[in-house]
Amino acid sequence: MILLFVSLFSFSVNSNAKSITLGWAAWDPANALQELTKEFTAETGIEVNFEFVPWPNFADRMLNELNNKGKTFDLLIGDSQWIGAGAVYGHYVKLNDFFDKEGISMSDFSPATVYAYSTWPKGSENYYALPAMGDALAWAYRKDWFDRPELKSEFKKKHGYDLGVPANWNQLHDMCKFFQGREIDGQKRYGAAINTERGSEGITMGVTAAMYAWGMEYENPNKPYDMEGYFNSPQAVEAVEFYRKLYEDCAPPGHSDAYMVANLDAYKSGQVAFQMNWYAFWPGVSKEDSDGRVSGFFANPKQNVAAATLGGQGISVVKYSDKQDLALEYIKWFARPDVQQKWWDLGGYSCHNDVLNSPSFPTSTVYAQGFLDSMGIVKDFWQEPTFVELMLPMQEAIHDYVVNGKGTAKEALDKIIEEWVEVFEADGKL
Amino acid sequence: MSVKKKFKGLSDKAVGWLFIGPTVLLLLAINIYPLVYAIKMSFTNFYANKIGREPQFVGLKNYIKVLNKEAIWEKMQVTASFMFWTLLLQAIIGLGLALLLNRKFKGNELLTTLIVLPMMLSPAVVGVFWTYLYNPQVGLFNYVVNFFYDLGSFDMIGSSTLAPWAIVIVDTWMWTPFTMLICLAGLRSVPNYLYEAAEVDRASKWQQFIYITLPSVLPFLLLALLFRGIENFKMFDMVVELTSGGPGSATELASINLKREAFEKWKTGYSSAFAVILFVTIFGFGNVYVKVMNKIKER
Repeated sequence: MILLFVSLFSFSVNSNAKSITLGWAAWDPANALQELTKEFTAETGIEVNFEFVPWPNFADRMLNELNNKGKTFDLLIGDSQWIGAGAVYGHYVKLNDFFDKEGISMSDFSPATVYAYSTWPKGSENYYALPAMGDALAWAYRKDWFDRPELKSEFKKKHGYDLGVPANWNQLHDMCKFFQGREIDGQKRYGAAINTERGSEGITMGVTAAMYAWGMEYENPNKPYDMEGYFNSPQAVEAVEFYRKLYEDCAPPGHSDAYMVANLDAYKSGQVAFQMNWYAFWPGVSKEDSDGRVSGFFANPKQNVAAATLGGQGISVVKYSDKQDLALEYIKWFARPDVQQKWWDLGGYSCHNDVLNSPSFPTSTVYAQGFLDSMGIVKDFWQEPTFVELMLPMQEAIHDYVVNGKGTAKEALDKIIEEWVEVFEADGKL
Repeated sequence: MSVKKKFKGLSDKAVGWLFIGPTVLLLLAINIYPLVYAIKMSFTNFYANKIGREPQFVGLKNYIKVLNKEAIWEKMQVTASFMFWTLLLQAIIGLGLALLLNRKFKGNELLTTLIVLPMMLSPAVVGVFWTYLYNPQVGLFNYVVNFFYDLGSFDMIGSSTLAPWAIVIVDTWMWTPFTMLICLAGLRSVPNYLYEAAEVDRASKWQQFIYITLPSVLPFLLLALLFRGIENFKMFDMVVELTSGGPGSATELASINLKREAFEKWKTGYSSAFAVILFVTIFGFGNVYVKVMNKIKER
């Protein structure tokens, strides 16, 4: 009886405790956030439960939850492309009044991140998220291999310039190919682990890193949704062809459906000289290389223009939550400059100007300067409410061309436009 | 006694309905209603993720769109090819294994247990671990192939030529035991006196196989293939885990494409039409197949 009473009592205590649930992807920064949030709980007494979903299922799980008006999450750190759907379909709470009331100013955050993670329509002053995690696609390379005198001289002799951080995509290809199939320390090595994943967004995020650098635009800047001649411009075609060449000449065997974790594994296991990945992973890579001799990092190389694929997310309050007040309290705490500094220190990528503009920031880590450089040149995929419908045809057509070797780059891009026109027509945009 | 008392006054028919009622209701709720709803949706431009937007009647537009879409026919071809090769291989190997295990030898039971193990695994798990087996650098499959015949490095999942075979091999590995078990049941039902009579008539082993074994086991084999055919037509999890339908769309079966259209692109009306077309196709083929099977049984 006593035990029963005690257990009933403890249950009632738990059910009365203030708690919220935060949903995000399962990756390194999520663990850092969990660590950071302990301070929030200590300060406010509000427990924060976390649900981290693996990346391949992240969009499916979260968007289904939102479409079904689910109450599982009070806070959601959703991908940048979801902001349109979050706003238009009413999944996210509009935060303008809350920001005004609490004195949270969007001008305190990096403009590129506010534009990408918070606003809908794009560039407006309607805010549906607080920039939470700045991110962009970048590159890591095996600095220890690059520093070997015999490899340096062989490369210079072959290509006429130094082996080092590539200045453009042509140099990147030269370097990747240089390492492809090369034996180093008795093991066969390969060029680069690049994004080729087909199921979610992997190959699109990878190929757009090249397309943006070649100067691709999604649409006519003067006529929205007019994509012909922009998305399939000769530069865009050349970039897609180049990405296929990079895959064929430099990817390790079996790297045909690879994204974040596969790239990381290929790099960490010493298979490849380069890996393409998000900044979010660099703290982990850097942590295992305390003296900084093994790994170097650099922003996406330019080709015709300097550009990088945007990653990262904003934190939003879910409209269907019964605990919006507690969720807003979390956002208020998270927006504080001191919390943002701790966020960066723990391995999260703060978007707060106080952190980014601090004189010590560029030298705070080996990848900090690259992050700053990247965030100034980022471009994102469509952020339309229909972004999933727009993403899938691109995934299929690009994978079909790059990995499967089917058709031409122009045909792949034409096919994507055809599907996108259909999506925009169904959405009443065309 | 109490049950009898309770049902006292109810006719036999009423008692019958009382028993089957819950099942009928359940079937109506989870099978018939969704089917009717999907048929209704297939005539609309409904998008399940566009909250607040009322579906509009579009007549046969979705059906015409599905049937005129080249990509759909590509997926159907991939599905047909997958079904043809898996059923063929499972029929030949399954029957062969059943003939082997029908003989009495030491370790027969143990061997049977080992052979049926793959079909007890989850298809998703099978898909995941075969991705490792197929890994061109460390995979056991490539190692074994190269041990017997040096092909060098090849990528079963990354090559559009090899990937369709990759899924055929895994499905055959997993489900041949099922065909084998059904065939084994058929073989064990053949009376011994038939073989004794054939021996007396000096029939060779080959003749015994052609005139006794095969006709006896054929209805069982066809039944197993019917089950496998239906399953493979809607194959999803194993292939998604193994290849995600790639490279490109080389292994994107109709069911995978349907899921993407319905629950990723949220084209509910369009995908309902596609689902109805698939349903009619499998229902039609299934009916013809059962009729043929019954005729074979009658012979």
